Amino acid sequence: MEYKTVLTTCGYCGCGCGLYLEVLDGQLVGAQPCKTDSVSQGGLCIKGWNVHEFVQNSERLTKPLIKKDGQFKEATWDEALDTVASRLKKIKEENGPDRIAFLTSAKCTNEENYLLQKLARAVVGTNNVDHCARL
Amino acid sequence: MTNSIAEIENSKCIFIIGSNTSEAHPLIGSRILKAKEKGAKLIVADPRKIQLSFYADIFVRHQLGTDVALINGILNVILKEGWYDRKFVEERTEGFKEFRKVVEKYTPENVEKITGVRAQDIRKIADLYARSKSSSIIYAMGITQHITGVDNVKSLCNLAMLCGQIGRESTGVNPLRGQNNVQGACDMGGLPNVYPGNQPVSDGQMAEKFEKAWGTKLSTKPGMTLTEMLKAAMAGEVKAMFILGENPMVSDVDIQHVEKSLEALDFLVVQDIFMSETARLADVVLPGVSFAEKDGTFTNTERKVKRVRKAIEPIGSSRQDWDIICDLSTRMGYPMRYDDPSKILEEVAQVTPSYGGIYYDRIETEGLHWPCPNRAHPGTPYLHKDRFSRGLGLFHAIEYLPPEELPDKEYPYFLTTGRIYVHYHTGTMTRRSPSLNKEVEEGFAEINPRQAKELGIIQGERIKVFSRRGEIEIKADLSERMERNTIFIPFHFVESAANRLTNPAFDPIAQIPEFKVCAVKIEKVNH
Repeated sequence: MEYKTVLTTCGYCGCGCGLYLEVLDGQLVGAQPCKTDSVSQGGLCIKGWNVHEFVQNSERLTKPLIKKDGQFKEATWDEALDTVASRLKKIKEENGPDRIAFLTSAKCTNEENYLLQKLARAVVGTNNVDHCARL
Repeated sequence: MTNSIAEIENSKCIFIIGSNTSEAHPLIGSRILKAKEKGAKLIVADPRKIQLSFYADIFVRHQLGTDVALINGILNVILKEGWYDRKFVEERTEGFKEFRKVVEKYTPENVEKITGVRAQDIRKIADLYARSKSSSIIYAMGITQHITGVDNVKSLCNLAMLCGQIGRESTGVNPLRGQNNVQGACDMGGLPNVYPGNQPVSDGQMAEKFEKAWGTKLSTKPGMTLTEMLKAAMAGEVKAMFILGENPMVSDVDIQHVEKSLEALDFLVVQDIFMSETARLADVVLPGVSFAEKDGTFTNTERKVKRVRKAIEPIGSSRQDWDIICDLSTRMGYPMRYDDPSKILEEVAQVTPSYGGIYYDRIETEGLHWPCPNRAHPGTPYLHKDRFSRGLGLFHAIEYLPPEELPDKEYPYFLTTGRIYVHYHTGTMTRRSPSLNKEVEEGFAEINPRQAKELGIIQGERIKVFSRRGEIEIKADLSERMERNTIFIPFHFVESAANRLTNPAFDPIAQIPEFKVCAVKIEKVNH
């Protein structure tokens, strides 16, 4: 058996509590507070204590999906990304970049948010970028 | 937040308005209680009798949407009694005269008529806040989700500036961000009008800088907000949307309208970890990963950039979100390649002055508060020390405006929405967490017990709630937390979605919807 803990930052609210994820043989099995964390100081709320639970839920999406005749069909990454790339390119060429809009995510990392707005601005050519800060 | 979370503990007075801190931000809630233990005075203003109100030195329940009036009343007393910080006002602010003229009208007696808060309580709040050595204001969506959201925030800034309760330790104006990285999403330019680091897209020099960094031509025309995107989708002006990890089908106002707008699109891509209500409408769904399967950084509500570390491998064939975006970009003819997320943050540091000194090797054990302009900079726990970003702090003369929709004969009650301690946003994660879901499995409408009695509603009974936008069926929860004319519904539950009822009226500047106030009627369900 291999057991390890990984120090990270909670994915729920804006407090940003540091916590340890407990990993047993590659599976998440728990979350523990971090005493030296400046925000949580060794405490966690009920969401933090259970933050590992949703991750391995059986309803997680595991494969790209493409809708055909109103039904989702599993697809390969190549199929899915080529579809997205060609449709976005086509709409951009035919209708202009401002006909495309992007929502970045308050749940994703800084790095991912940076890249998606870069994709919108530098690749598609639009400033139609927002996220749910207001919601 | 202008100030850091740790500083809360040493505040001498904490004014909490429009934040149910102990439920929505529990670990900040416990800091507030620590401050209280150390002798801080606690002021709570909230239409609901929230948990923290039981610890408050003074608790007032102002009528929904009357925040500006309440704050102006407090300002009025402080001016009249001369409790303000003359030196701070003279040296660090402007616009005082016009501001004073407006505030003079808001005597505590006038404000009592608007807010329902007793004049003597308004005086007591003014006294505690203005005369404490260090006072800290804490607020959340209860302040911002109004058609006067910007006015509400400016009013709080007026209060902090008037009393010089800003730019020092344990003071400040401190909004609590609801989602783990909403601060970071804003910082990274996830907004229609700014590049990363709040640098305006309409500023030609900024555009030039980013054109150079990204090696391409950029548009200087500000883009659309989410609300505008949906409107444009409905009108056929937006043809395609790419939605990363967001679920506006539950979180947005008036979701019947959201659904129609998303359905009107030619092409919708959703990148998420679950088949959310929004993902169901997509043409292509891309499986990203959760925070436990990726490396990166989050920026919390106090502007602290903290590490996120990969604990397990991606589930199934799902892929790291940053990697999916790079791949897509490359397929669209703009090669994007990074060895790992640390290299992306290095690029951020190059183009974003406030993140200029934030690198992975500096935040391995402890995060850094931005602004952190260079590698030697220790970060900035509190802002506005010697000057405001614009130089002098600007007082705003702000008049009270009522909410867009008020109860009337047909829809006689106020509805307000919010969160509960065990669930998070649209529930896609917490409702799939067995331990959390068993705490609260379904939505409910909190109703004052006397109100319920008048309507013949008993605890746990199914009721229907109607607004001009839609209707939902939901369980009644009789609770003294509510006043007689107001009900509360948490927005986490899609099957009894509060946002079928909420009013799509928006703050003209921030475009934030008025989630916190609308008018509803209630009926018993007779099965």
